[in-house]
Amino acid sequence: MGILTTRRGFLAGGTGLVLALTLPVGRGRAQMTVTGPFAPNAFVRIGTDDLVTVTIKHIEMGQGPYTGLATLVAEELDADWAQMRAEAAPADDTLYANLAFGAQGTGGSTAIANSFMQMRKAGAAARAMLVAAAAQEWDVPASEITVKAGVIAHSGSGRSSGFGALANAAATQPVPEDPPVKAQADFALIGTDRPKLDTVSKSNGTAQFTMDVYRDGMLTVLVAHPPKFGATLAGVDDSAALAVKGVRMVRPIPSGVAVYATNTYAALKGRDALVLDWDDSAAETRGTEDMFAAFAEAAAQGGQTVEEEGDLAPLDAAATVLSAEYRFPYLAHAPMEPLDAVIETRGGKAEMWFGSQFPSFDRLAVAEALGIAPPDVSINVLLAGGSFGRRAQGSAHLAVEAAEVAKAAGRDGTFKLVWTREDDLRGGYYRPMTVHRLRAGLDADGKIVGWENVVANQSILAGTPMEGMLQGGPDNTSFEGSTGLPYRFAARRIGWAAMESPVSVLWWRSVGHTHTAYAVETFLDEVLEAAGQDPVQGRLDLLAAESTRERAVIEEAARMAGWQGRRRDGKGYGIAYAKSFGSYVAQVAEVEDRSGIPHVTRVWCAIDCGIAVNPNVIRAQMEGGIGYGLGTALHSRITLAPGGGIEQSNFHDYRMLRINEMPAVEVSIIASDQDPTGVGEPGVPPIAPAMANAWRALTGQKQYQLPFLGGAMA
Amino acid sequence: MTFLKLAATVWLCGALPLWAQDSAVTISPPAAFDGIADDAERSAALFTEMGKVLTSPRCLNCHPVTGGPTQGDDMQPHNPPVVRGDADFGAPGMTCNTCHGPKNVELTTAQGSIPGHEPWSLAPVSMGWVGLSLGEICSQIKDPERNGGKTLEELYEHNAHDGLVGWGWDPGEGRTPAPGTQELFGQLTRAWIDTGAACPA
Amino acid sequence: MTSFRVNGRDHDLDLDPDMPLLWVLRDELRLTGTKFGCGIAQCGACTVMVDGMPRRSCVTPIGQIEGSEVTTIEGMDGSEVKAVQAAWTAIDVPQCGWCQSGQILSATALLQQVPSPSDDDIDNAMAGNICRCATYVRIRQAIHDAARTLEG
Repeated sequence: MGILTTRRGFLAGGTGLVLALTLPVGRGRAQMTVTGPFAPNAFVRIGTDDLVTVTIKHIEMGQGPYTGLATLVAEELDADWAQMRAEAAPADDTLYANLAFGAQGTGGSTAIANSFMQMRKAGAAARAMLVAAAAQEWDVPASEITVKAGVIAHSGSGRSSGFGALANAAATQPVPEDPPVKAQADFALIGTDRPKLDTVSKSNGTAQFTMDVYRDGMLTVLVAHPPKFGATLAGVDDSAALAVKGVRMVRPIPSGVAVYATNTYAALKGRDALVLDWDDSAAETRGTEDMFAAFAEAAAQGGQTVEEEGDLAPLDAAATVLSAEYRFPYLAHAPMEPLDAVIETRGGKAEMWFGSQFPSFDRLAVAEALGIAPPDVSINVLLAGGSFGRRAQGSAHLAVEAAEVAKAAGRDGTFKLVWTREDDLRGGYYRPMTVHRLRAGLDADGKIVGWENVVANQSILAGTPMEGMLQGGPDNTSFEGSTGLPYRFAARRIGWAAMESPVSVLWWRSVGHTHTAYAVETFLDEVLEAAGQDPVQGRLDLLAAESTRERAVIEEAARMAGWQGRRRDGKGYGIAYAKSFGSYVAQVAEVEDRSGIPHVTRVWCAIDCGIAVNPNVIRAQMEGGIGYGLGTALHSRITLAPGGGIEQSNFHDYRMLRINEMPAVEVSIIASDQDPTGVGEPGVPPIAPAMANAWRALTGQKQYQLPFLGGAMA
Repeated sequence: MTFLKLAATVWLCGALPLWAQDSAVTISPPAAFDGIADDAERSAALFTEMGKVLTSPRCLNCHPVTGGPTQGDDMQPHNPPVVRGDADFGAPGMTCNTCHGPKNVELTTAQGSIPGHEPWSLAPVSMGWVGLSLGEICSQIKDPERNGGKTLEELYEHNAHDGLVGWGWDPGEGRTPAPGTQELFGQLTRAWIDTGAACPA
Repeated sequence: MTSFRVNGRDHDLDLDPDMPLLWVLRDELRLTGTKFGCGIAQCGACTVMVDGMPRRSCVTPIGQIEGSEVTTIEGMDGSEVKAVQAAWTAIDVPQCGWCQSGQILSATALLQQVPSPSDDDIDNAMAGNICRCATYVRIRQAIHDAARTLEG
């Protein structure tokens, strides 16, 4: 086994060429023997320079897997953190699959969760081989050898060594089949803060992103997309575009019209000079208001039942019945690095460099578009300047557009596809616009006798290559968070009405929870107030005895905030709770009224995400998630004008949170011995309802439509 | 023109105030007021005519009374948010010239432009006009205590020839110019001064 | 022909004078630390120093900076930027990292002028730099930390 799956190779190290040791671990190994190529499932490489490089199968887009996965390896390897390095894995389904998906990809806040044991085993195997090598060289029993902070030692003989000096010898050792891993009590790195591995390069301008790739003879390409979703190209006059200095060619491609130029400025000017005629006959021509009316009508019809418990009849006869209709707009993810991809075609093969979040899908789709075999497409996964779901494309539309650009060029070459911010905001793949209808009934004692929530929106998966995941059932991502609530209502019904539109939709940081948490947690707040209950105690009273993790985060957030009720000292306080991606989060927001505009001054956040691998990264994700959700609730909406066409175009009218709007954030991580769960997304859902609840407490104003401030300048 | 050109339309129009909807705002030359016999009345009428320029968004946006500038024909708060700063030139780290250069700059990814001129700054607080009546603006504009120590002749010079004032008629793509011309504005100022620089009620 | 200095080196460039400095730095000089985020001076990712003052390179045609001294993240030097970068790494400010060159240049410009900035000073100087990951809590903290370092 060891000989078959251990790869030796010469790698450039700190002081020249060094022999590396590569370890196969985990599920991919068995698959590897089936598929044949001599490329072991490699996660760990140790150079004679003592550096330990961990190959990271998940894209680093700010959420921290470079650091998190390296931590897992370092823990079991007993490495010193200073010797750890991270590098991106290339596209390779066999070796680098997300164990939660069965394919290579990042999403659903699963990076740590699916890697937790796999990466620890990788580290443990490397450690065992180093120890075996030391035992052989020093002629001492392996059981007497210790490893600590990168030093292998044998106290009896006084021998000690770093990893590098034993790397060559370790490479010849058999690979342990199932190396033991540490008990939680023995963790030295997991659960402690340490510097992130990508911070330095991101603080001095040297971090390499897709847009930073320049290759000889490369052309920069911009694509003019249809102004309305579903419109098709009817005519092109490219004469003025071709007259722009630096523009080399103009080609129609399935997604629009591509302009190829020697630099970005020329491509921009060339695209601007195109005269284009579009056929709108299949386009979405409804404006947002028309669409909301249609969605609201569908919600009023009740939709299909996706969750039901108890008898809802008492709701209609309840002493007090509350109802509300909520409207949520389309949202763009707006990562700071707009979408981009570099593709190079050479003699029937293609190589790509970009922030591929689903390399599996991207590779297959590019191969199909180019009419070549998937093994002839290689993908170098680069750092991504944010994603928030935008680069996780089941349709692989960006990679395919790059492939179409390369194909339409009619020759081998290198092409950098760049989207502008306008392309990004108008390019679809939005968080689905959504209508919620909620009803709740209280009996004379203030007990909630019935709860009904009907959601109307487009399915994210239907009509995409991932439709098979639905297995004919409703799309859970459309209403997740409305279902599965921990609150014990006497009866409840959740309905879903599937809407259709040519406007493309996609998962957006925390997916269904982006709207369900808002609707559920603000409506519940109103219901609790109508029942004469405190927002914190009222929620706790609705929890079952076994809901200990839910209870713990709500109590902890309230404790941190010094909760004393909805108002104090001229400020409003609101709490919201949401479980998403396996993690439990509660947040309390403190809000001031600044000339009629809510200003969140402080947020207290409690999270239970199982074992906290890197508390520093978890805190950062909570801070960032709060800012992301807050800015969206205050400012962001994508709307269609009557007749179709997106009204927003850039950050002046699709506003982001800015530093002057950012609250102070305090995060508490609940101690846990459970396996790790997500942190990239779960910080987002509670903040908008927490703010809205605080704002209502302060001003009495209910906000049933987001964003708060209308989206334009406020 | 591609759909990209639509981008700035939304930005720069939005819900337009009455002023901007009346795109046919014109101003008359001094001779148009010759029929008013009374000097003071004629002078006040001339200033009222000048007021069409003074209260245009091109002028008011950078003559705020409190806080920072507004922007666009609909006079929205400036985004990104900026403050006046000690020198009417923004905050340390983000002064006006962080974005505004010596000339208007056409955007490359969308229609529209970033306005620019050398120099580029806010009018001092003492010269804030937003929310003032025309009569109040008139009194303020004549008052050397508040107008930067200018005599009426220096005020004429400013209105007729100052480059930043002149920018109001050359504001770059996506902004409605101030009505008339700077030349006409200068002529009105001259006639207003020559008739006694009276203020409207 | 447009001439200016970038990070201490003279460049004579035969390019359209309307070409934004951002694309000249990136596409022509391959100084890729300066990022494209919006193209309309809304986000600050493209911030560089022009004659010692922060400037959004996406709305700066090179024809407007004839004879100027341009400094990008790659060429920044001095006690302020060193303190800022040290503070940035000490508390791991960056997440995705795309906006951080611009953030660091704005923060450096602030500290060059205001050695001990208040929270309001920081908000006023940094409000033009969008961070979509919302690393703002740590940006604020790191600027305070850098200021303390500079005070010695």
